[in-house]
Amino acid sequence: MASLWQGYALPGIIILLQILAVMLPVMISVAFLVYFERKTLAAMTLRRGPNVVGPFGVLQSFADFIKVFFKETIIPTGANKVVFLAAPILTFVLAMIAWAVIPFSEKLVVADINVGVLYLFAISSLGVYGVVMAGWASNSRYAFLGALRSAAQMVSYEVSIGFVIVTVLLVAGSMNLNDIVEAQRTIWFAIPLLPMFVIFFISALAETNRHPFDLPEAESELVAGFQVEYSAVPFVLFFLGEYANMMLMSALTVILFLGGWLPPFDVAPFTWLPAPFWLIGKIIVLLFVFIWVRATFPRYRYDQLMRLGWKVFLPASLLWVVLTAGVLVTFDWLPA
Amino acid sequence: MIVGAIAFYLFAGMIIASAVMVIAARNPVHSVLFLILSFFNASGLFVLLGAEFLAMILVIVYVGAVAVLFLFVVMMLNINFVELRQGFLQYLPIGGLVGLILLIELFFVIAAGITDPEVVALASAPIPPLSDLTNTEALGQLIYTRYVYLFQTAGMVLLVAMVGAIVLTLRQREGVRKQSIARQVARTREESIEIKTVTPGSGI
Repeated sequence: MASLWQGYALPGIIILLQILAVMLPVMISVAFLVYFERKTLAAMTLRRGPNVVGPFGVLQSFADFIKVFFKETIIPTGANKVVFLAAPILTFVLAMIAWAVIPFSEKLVVADINVGVLYLFAISSLGVYGVVMAGWASNSRYAFLGALRSAAQMVSYEVSIGFVIVTVLLVAGSMNLNDIVEAQRTIWFAIPLLPMFVIFFISALAETNRHPFDLPEAESELVAGFQVEYSAVPFVLFFLGEYANMMLMSALTVILFLGGWLPPFDVAPFTWLPAPFWLIGKIIVLLFVFIWVRATFPRYRYDQLMRLGWKVFLPASLLWVVLTAGVLVTFDWLPA
Repeated sequence: MIVGAIAFYLFAGMIIASAVMVIAARNPVHSVLFLILSFFNASGLFVLLGAEFLAMILVIVYVGAVAVLFLFVVMMLNINFVELRQGFLQYLPIGGLVGLILLIELFFVIAAGITDPEVVALASAPIPPLSDLTNTEALGQLIYTRYVYLFQTAGMVLLVAMVGAIVLTLRQREGVRKQSIARQVARTREESIEIKTVTPGSGI
């Protein structure tokens, strides 16, 4: 009995607490991210943004959440009930489980697995199912069109994301996220691999269905795309999932290219701050860029989106994989 | 140990159950979703075996790419499954024959793999010690040294299949106006704008 407690129950409880310690901050920061986005967009378009609930409107997202939570969950008559409800749950779960491998510092990570990058890539490639299932199960033309667009879009951009990840793996010589961060002690990968960094960030925008690639939910043509029929809690799950995915893709960009939890310079005033501070700070900067792009660029046309993915990013990233491999072999820089 | 065994039977049971549901489900979209579930559980089995690289690749390739396109097509086609079921008895003999052949071949493969000493030696020899290599490296060393020609040939076969599929479906339609990005970018002020001085009351 004692061995059962020592062997299974105790580690199980510790893992549960670790999961909570990551999940709760992520969910709460989604609320503040929404506030941050609304305030930033407001400032960029010369408006005031939310300013009523709480000081400077900080509690607006929480008020919205309580409001939506108490609304009625409407399931359309023609909808496929099980799939209709499974879709938002899937989106939310996928957005949460991906955080398991994100290293907040050298030791601060729930699961330090040695295929961390592949795990994140796999999870992000599953994100499309939430959208496709929602679109199909809603039994609505708008939702279905949104789902079809999203499926094609996410599959297209995943290819170039894959090649970008391969380049980083070549340079870092490991698939463990902590090793990739450690490999950037001398120089952040964003500098030698600048084109890949740009490609990755733009693909991340497309992968998370954010502006200017938000065609799956283009409000001017598809009302709200795949989310048309969703209300109350299922809608909240989609919403949380989308914003958590945004943070996740930012975190992945930071880990792959901007040195993860490493301080920008390895000297005194920078090293005083703890490692998680740097990771979160860099994530916030990237999230600002996400919002900045939203305020700045008009939406892409669908054929332009496909052209960019297949005819520009794919050949460019493929070329860079070959180039990087060639340089590494020629100068004998391959990591051990 | 017990937890490992429970996990194995859970994943294995789920694979079989969802595989049955793939052919038993009335709705083709549900079939595809069950197929995805069984892929997922198969990757769970790989993790239990300590082959986490294969597990992730299975999810990325099959679930993340192949099954998405599958679902895409099935959703678009709007198949009437009742109509499809009507030919069931008609196709049963040939389907059963194919299934039987596959089953016999499977038995041969397993039997040869267990009993024939030559085959056993072939399978076990090139595995590097797992204690000092992650399984990604082990797999890479195996594929790119011993089996490099077979691996490259498989890649070429897939490439040919891809080119073939594109050639078969590509059709040049005439009279379609396409956007020429290069021409748009190369346009200059001189060739697109003409400034005319208009005297009042006369028009152009």
